[in-house]
This record gives sequence, C-alpha cells and structure tokens, in this order.
Amino acid sequence: MIDKIVASAEAALADIPDGATILLGGFGNAGMPSELIDALIAQGAKDLTIVNNNAGNADAGLAALLAAKRVRRILCSFPRQSDSWHFDRLYRAGEIELELVPQGTLAERIRAGGAGIGAFYTPTAFGTRLAEGKETRRIGERDYVLEYPIRGDYALIKADRADRWGNLVYRKTARNFGPIMAAAAACTVAQVREIVELGALDPEVIVTPGIFVQRVVRLEAMRKAA
Amino acid sequence: MKKLDRHQIAARVAQDIPNGAYVNLGIGLPTLVAGHIPKDREIIFHSENGILGLGPKPAAGAEDEDLIDAGKNPATALPGAAYFHHADSFAMIRGGHIDICVLGAFQVSVAGDIANWHTGEADAIPAVGGAMDLAAGAKQVFVTMEHLTKQGESKIVERCTYPLTGLRCVTRIYTDLAVLDVRADGLHVAEIVADIGFEELKRLTGVPLKVRAAA
Repeated sequence: MIDKIVASAEAALADIPDGATILLGGFGNAGMPSELIDALIAQGAKDLTIVNNNAGNADAGLAALLAAKRVRRILCSFPRQSDSWHFDRLYRAGEIELELVPQGTLAERIRAGGAGIGAFYTPTAFGTRLAEGKETRRIGERDYVLEYPIRGDYALIKADRADRWGNLVYRKTARNFGPIMAAAAACTVAQVREIVELGALDPEVIVTPGIFVQRVVRLEAMRKAA
Repeated sequence: MKKLDRHQIAARVAQDIPNGAYVNLGIGLPTLVAGHIPKDREIIFHSENGILGLGPKPAAGAEDEDLIDAGKNPATALPGAAYFHHADSFAMIRGGHIDICVLGAFQVSVAGDIANWHTGEADAIPAVGGAMDLAAGAKQVFVTMEHLTKQGESKIVERCTYPLTGLRCVTRIYTDLAVLDVRADGLHVAEIVADIGFEELKRLTGVPLKVRAAA
C-alpha cells in the first residue's frame, strides 16, 4: 500500500542535510508552510539555499529561518518589504547571498526544473542589470535572455487537502508556487489542513498529482482555516 | 498650475481601458484605476499571484489569509474568477495574453524604455517582482507618474538614468500634465490635462514632443 502520510513535521524533515537547496512555497504569508519552517528551524539544518518569492515578513516563518542564520543564499524576486527587517539586516551585513530573479523568470525556472528543460530563452530583463553576464540571442524580431532551471533537494509547500497518494488541492491564492515547486524537488513535503480517503478528491480538480509529492503531513494548527 | 491629482490620473487611465480587456494593475497609483472603471464596462483584472477576476477589497472582518492580491493586501474574487499557479500566471503575462498593464515609473524615455524597480543607490536593497515580466510581456504598457520630480526635473527623458526595467515597451504615458503616446518617431501629445499650453509642456518636459495628428 502506498502511504505518503507522515506522522509529524519533525519526521517529515528529519533527513534534510546541511547545504540543501529548499524550494519554499508561499507568496507573502499566503501558502507559506509556516509549521514546516518552524520544524526546519528546530531540526537545525544550516548553510541552506532557499528559493521563495520573498525574503520573509515580520518575525515568523521564513523570516525566523533567516534570523536563525540557517540560510547562506536566497533566490527571490522581491526581498525588500516594509517588514523584511531580518533579511535587510543580514543582507547589509553581508551575511546572506542574494540572487534577484524577475518573478516570472523565477516561476518559469522552477517550472523548467520540474519539466526536465535544460534552459530557455525569455525576453524578460533583456537589456537590464538583471541580464548582465547572461547569454542572449535574437530570435525573429526580439531579444532574449538565456535562463537555467531551478531544482530543489526538497520542496516545502502548503496545500488544503491531500490523500495518501499525495494528490493535492489548494485554497485560493495560497496555491501560488506550490504546484511548480512540488514538481521541481527531489523530495516534496506538503503540509495540509485535511487528509481525505483515496477517491474523495475529484480527479477532475486535483491540482498537483501525487507523483510530485513524497510526504504529506496534516497539521492541527491548520484545521482552524476555512 | 492646475494639474491632475492621483485619482484624476487614475480616472483618465480608466477611460482608455476597453470593455472586455484583461488588465494587470501595478502597486500604488495604478491600483486606483480599478475604482474608476465606467460601470458599463466589464474588465477582468489579473493579479500575478494567481487570480483572474480580482474584485474589490473585502469588508472589514471578511478578510481571508489565503486570498490576497499582488500587494499582499486582502482581496476578493468575483463570480467567474479563476485561481492558478505562478507559472500559469506569468505565462499569461509573458505570453502576451494581458491586454494592458499599468505601471508606475521613476522615468520613461522617448523610446519607451521604463525604469521603475531600482533607485540606483548603492546601498538600496533591490526588489523587482513582476515588473520586468509585465514590461516585456503585456500587449500595451501604460505608465502613470507625476510629470516632474519634486526638484522640477522631467521624468520623461532622452535616456533613463535609473536602472532599466524594460526597453521600448511603454505605449502610453499618463501624467498630471499630459497624456503622451510613444511611437516609432517619438512622443506624441495626445492630450494636455493641466492648464498649460503645448509650448509650456514642451519646456517642462525637455525632450522633443509632437502634437498628435488628428485621429
């Protein structure tokens, strides 16, 4: 019997080594797998590379992971926020490396990572500072920048419901990076509000098929939602 | 000089958004455009975090932490709305499916280059979000900004001095003084919205301007 359900966040993250690349779902706090991040902080892995749209808000979730100095390098599109004080301090002190990526390029690099694409050309950022040093090519009437895929050792994402095969459905804009990150990581851990019987999720509406998900954790803290 | 305020600029932009358009509004002044769309038009707003059919702000107490807009503010979804993941959302932008995006800017050049993501200051923490994708991918890029800096310098320039967001992508500029079209042969004044004449507008702008030929 296939059963991807893991008893706790602690058990789901136990094997993450130092130096791992982790794709973290969420756009701001929507879809951020906060309980998994708390468990990652407790687990102690350090020297991590993190991929997320942002660089943490206020003091919880990704911001707490940064504050705990577990992150060596971060790839994101929008680190600067009114409440990104932990990132700001580390960045100014030279204690974290930033790779700034346009948001659509970030999403497409992750998608490409999950889809086995070797690289792709995009017009985004051509002629700007963010394309400096990158290979470019004129195709037809447009100029393009060559971009490489992003893959993770792990993806930590948040979904709404799952079954024991790892099929997932999300809730509203909390979906954001979840489906593409799930496909782009060697081991995807999804925290969910509810686990349902196999067959209870309508195959027509499953957003992330279980092939992209290795571990599912149901978290009590999420049950209040919805 | 009598000139437009932020809401009046937003209202002027709204006039030019046709029925049925798929539109992405940037953060700040562009967000105000949604509140000025004429009631007889059905416009579908795209929010790059994953919604088509973005609605107005929710009532107090009706916020949902899983439903936010690109500015991370509580949002609503209209009947007919769709949710999707980020790669699909940016395929809509980068694939040329968004009819109009409205962006703020520090500077726009006569060739339609836009600078809106970085002040260029050495110690500034950079953040770009979806600005470069929108500049490169939307069918039409409208820019809203004040015509002049606080020091009185024109934000419409021969060449941008701030770091670029995109090259030759802006199609129309809406300021507190004028509406300008970016064309292959230069900037055309479509409308002066302040109580000044063409010569004064040209003097304040400091780059060559053409009067639009009768449409």
